[in-house]
Amino acid sequence: MQNGALNPEIRRELYAGMVLIRKFEERLIELAKEKARVVGMQILAVGQEAVAAGVVKALEPEDVIVTNHRSHGHLLAKGADPKRLMAEIMTKATGYSKGKAGTLHLVVPEVNAIMTSTIVGAPPPLAVGAAFAQQYRGLPNITVVFFGDGAAAEGSVHEAMNLAALWKLPVLFVCENNVWAGAQCLAEHSCIEHIVQRAAAYDMPGEAVDGNDAEAVYALSVRMANHCRSGRGPALIEANTYRMRGHGEHDHGHYMDKAVLEQWAGRCPVRRLQERLIAEGILSADQCEAIDAEMTAVVNDAVAFGDESPFPAPKAALQDLWAM
Amino acid sequence: MTMLSFGQALGQALDLALNMDETVFVAGEGVGTSIHLDPNLPTFGLLDKYGARRIKDTPVSEAAIAGLAVGASAMGLRPVVEIMFFPFITLASDMLVNHAAKLRYMSGGKSSFPLTVRVKAGVGFGAGCQHSHNLEAWIAHSPGLKLAFPSNPADAKGLLLSAIFDPNPVVFVEEMMLYWMQGEVPEGDVRIPLGKAAVVRPGTDCTVVTYGGAVHTALQAAGVLAEAGISLEIIDLRTLVPLDEGCMLDSVRKTGRLIVMHDATRFCGFGAEIAAIAAEKAFDALKAPIMRVAAPNIPVPVSPPQEAVYKPGADRVIAATRILMAR
Repeated sequence: MQNGALNPEIRRELYAGMVLIRKFEERLIELAKEKARVVGMQILAVGQEAVAAGVVKALEPEDVIVTNHRSHGHLLAKGADPKRLMAEIMTKATGYSKGKAGTLHLVVPEVNAIMTSTIVGAPPPLAVGAAFAQQYRGLPNITVVFFGDGAAAEGSVHEAMNLAALWKLPVLFVCENNVWAGAQCLAEHSCIEHIVQRAAAYDMPGEAVDGNDAEAVYALSVRMANHCRSGRGPALIEANTYRMRGHGEHDHGHYMDKAVLEQWAGRCPVRRLQERLIAEGILSADQCEAIDAEMTAVVNDAVAFGDESPFPAPKAALQDLWAM
Repeated sequence: MTMLSFGQALGQALDLALNMDETVFVAGEGVGTSIHLDPNLPTFGLLDKYGARRIKDTPVSEAAIAGLAVGASAMGLRPVVEIMFFPFITLASDMLVNHAAKLRYMSGGKSSFPLTVRVKAGVGFGAGCQHSHNLEAWIAHSPGLKLAFPSNPADAKGLLLSAIFDPNPVVFVEEMMLYWMQGEVPEGDVRIPLGKAAVVRPGTDCTVVTYGGAVHTALQAAGVLAEAGISLEIIDLRTLVPLDEGCMLDSVRKTGRLIVMHDATRFCGFGAEIAAIAAEKAFDALKAPIMRVAAPNIPVPVSPPQEAVYKPGADRVIAATRILMAR
């Protein structure tokens, strides 16, 4: 169990982790303009990196995550190989799922990211099942499920929270509140301003956190993960952040207020942590540049690996449905 | 062999599976403590024997019950969950259709979901269309789900054991009207493979392909027709997915006539698939058009005389056979 103390090593790792996610997704913004290189929707979490980095840093390798359509950050934070992730996004044979997942359905069981669903509201019931297995087997692990403020309106989320609380399952519900569900903002799709209020309805602890502050997210996640791990049942985190792009790269956000976007750009989680770490002497500007260069190289390698990899054989589409 | 009811045979399969494999657990609404105190219900007595850790009564939350099964199976458990009535599966359908069926495929074959969903079905107990609605064609139309639909106690036990230990998700349909039906059941872990149909009555003039309780209606018709010198061959599919095409096509090639029969509605029913396969693969052998005996395209009515109009009886099999024999 982690104690949540923010030692310099963890702070540097949080920063480097966010830089990797940012570089990875910034490259996807560019790639998304070339339909021949990446197909389908590119649903990005640029500006939301602190949630992925902070929550996952609070976990043990054996802890399970269940994620959704906006998954790149969660998976990279959990330790997925950027090369195989990029190859999968490009639907290449060398990708994690041999090109059958694409960007939307990425799963990496190798790092205990065992299920992903793009059906909004589906990840929480799946997480309940995984957490039940952990409880049933007496494992010391927990399951974290990431969902959005939009998903919070799905009935399945309520069913999952009720069952998790009733059976005291080790589920950490993480609502990544980025204010937008498609083109509808929170005020238009939720009767409450703070999703965390729902925790009371299911008799579980719930706390909101500045979702653009990786350190705050980390500290709260350690506390909530420890609660879940202790057998006292589920917990809810609402990480308040903002969707800085459209729903996907095909959506140019014509309905979004530019002034609000600028305001949130001023709260960029990567820059905030960088400034803090430099100010406190945890990292130098040179070290930050080195991290930047390192992560850029990692992403370059990932893209090159994806580009060089072959597409899967067309007829391989007929495989992998049934387990033998 | 022991004489058991269909429900007891299912209960024996659950008991054996729970006993043999610690990863098996049972969950659903009232699977532990039921409003019914009937030893012919499959989960009767399991809570006393295995306790609340493995026999889980759930809230009325079909999506969460199915999600529980998908998530727990992804972690290597073998969940056996119950959906109380077939129409309620619509509330669980996202978890089954979009997750149980697809997550393995989308993982590139890395993950597997060895779960069983027992669903209680049936027409003929006056409960109306929100408790009676056979939706097997919906399930069969989702690649990635297996589907078993037994007609007798021995098959019920053998197929359920196969379903529970199959590495894939299986929807297992239990016709409630059969729960009290008695039959010889082999003792121990005797499994019937998924995907093997049975010729339950050999014959020479006309093939009837059917499954579930309708098998008994078809057998009744066969008895009546035998007295008139007409010989029906009855095929019990036992599993709809995977489908034993060979068994039914062999029969059609032998008799040259085919009736497809089920209690579900006719339009886009599972019988349409059977008819299409026969037309594609045994057209040359057919002496007459393929006929379907199925429910009319209406929701299941409540009133007994109207329910009788809905559920195909032996008279309709007999009438269809006579039409085919006259050609």
